[in-house]
Amino acid sequence: MALTLQTFPTADAASAALAADGASRYLGGGTLVVRQANEGDLSFSTYVRATDPALSAITVDDGQATLGASVTIGRIIADGRLAHIAEAAKSVGGPAVRNMATVGGNLYAPAPYGDLAVALLALDAMVEINGGPVPLSAFLADRYGTYAHSVLKSVSFALPAAGGLRFLKVSRVKPKGVSVVTIAALLEETDGTISSARVAYGCMADRPIRAQAVEAELAGKPRTADGIRDALTMATDGTSPITDAIASAWYRSQVLPVHLGRLLLA
Amino acid sequence: MAKVPVQFTLNGEEKAEFVESGSTLLKALREKIGDMSVKGGCHQGTCGSCSVIIDGELRLSCIALAETCSGAAIETTAGLARGGVLHPLQRAFHEGFAAQCGFCTPGMLMAAKALLDRNPSPSREDVVDAIGGNICRCTGHEPIIQAILSAARANSVNAA
Ligand SMILES: Cc1cc2nc3c(=O)[nH]c(=O)nc-3n(C[C@H](O)[C@H](O)[C@H](O)COP(=O)(O)OP(=O)(O)OC[C@H]3O[C@@H](n4cnc5c(N)ncnc54)[C@H](O)[C@@H]3O)c2cc1C
Ligand code: FES
Ligand code: FES
Repeated sequence: MALTLQTFPTADAASAALAADGASRYLGGGTLVVRQANEGDLSFSTYVRATDPALSAITVDDGQATLGASVTIGRIIADGRLAHIAEAAKSVGGPAVRNMATVGGNLYAPAPYGDLAVALLALDAMVEINGGPVPLSAFLADRYGTYAHSVLKSVSFALPAAGGLRFLKVSRVKPKGVSVVTIAALLEETDGTISSARVAYGCMADRPIRAQAVEAELAGKPRTADGIRDALTMATDGTSPITDAIASAWYRSQVLPVHLGRLLLA
Repeated sequence: MAKVPVQFTLNGEEKAEFVESGSTLLKALREKIGDMSVKGGCHQGTCGSCSVIIDGELRLSCIALAETCSGAAIETTAGLARGGVLHPLQRAFHEGFAAQCGFCTPGMLMAAKALLDRNPSPSREDVVDAIGGNICRCTGHEPIIQAILSAARANSVNAA
């Protein structure tokens, strides 16, 4: 089937076009969607994109960062103001993929992709979509439902302190393989005791998810091997890992607690 | 099929073509413009054979749409040699036996050029990262890494 590209000046105009045509797909950097077309996916015949420069803007103000959905992973790495999330950004693909892949596309990418999204979930980010702010967790839960034909405009989050965001992507193919599991954690500590924790996983479901049982169990515990032991026993609670060519769901559940333990104690 | 006009510079030369809407830059370069230095391998973004430099950044022409490149400056391997003289990277690949079938070579060269344009004295780690999205199924990556490091060294000797 012939494909066409429709270009709109604003995200709202692109949203309207997406909503009007079920056989259309929004084009971010195209790293997943053009690949699908090349593989012969006939479920869509129109790419829709928006060229509003606001979609490519990065603003950092008073510790709060807002990334337009079209900001590429490469731009995040190159921007010194975003250094504390650069490690998560660098875990995505090779340099050419990073120069094309957008943050908006990463938030829609199914597992095993979405590595940056895992970090943004641990940072409790908000996205702007359908005219308002939506918590990233709520967006991810409904991204292929309510938000399937909308254009995501931006993502905002409080920048973590240096070393505040703990991030680990486990992959078997080095240096740029896809994820076995991805884990991001943001801990608040007072005198060696974890006062609150936000922990997010990739590949432990079809989308990045929060590890709520682990978060609750960590609160009030010392950040020591003994202190995190109970949390690790519930590391896989609420998960439903994916099986793909890289790893089975079983393998992912077996290795997750080990990597979570290492990340929390590092 | 809808045709749309696209214009960009390719290795410094103005190009203007009509391409099928929604078609890839790889297709435009090879089939419309006749730049056969760009190779199509996987068409999935995984092998890096089709790597080109667009506005100074390494990208994959198999998953970039031609229309989105209007107004851009595109560099391909065909633009590396000047006046019959090989680019230092091409010389280093040749002398270091960094190519066998050569299928990966144009993409590797562009990935290496994108790196050296930004960072003329890369570490081995920088080189490994820079070609991390490019797959060579013949030589193994070691001769390629060595060739890129040796081109960088030769450049810094020439510049000194
Ligand atoms: C070789 C290769 C390696 C990769 N490695 C990794 C990796 O290591 N880690 C990782 O996380 N990902 C990886 N990816 C996947 C992908 O590149 C990234 O997840 C990327 O961020 C997707 O962004 P994109 O803009 O290219 O998405 P696109 O392909 O443009 O879009 C993906 C999906 O999101 C939708 N979409 C995109 N932007 C928006 C928006 N603003 N509003 C609404 N819908 C939107 C599209 O319609 C489509 O359904 C890899 C891809 C390739 C080809
Ligand atoms: S042909 Fe483009 S990455 Fe393989
Ligand atoms: S030389 Fe054959 S793929 Fe690299």
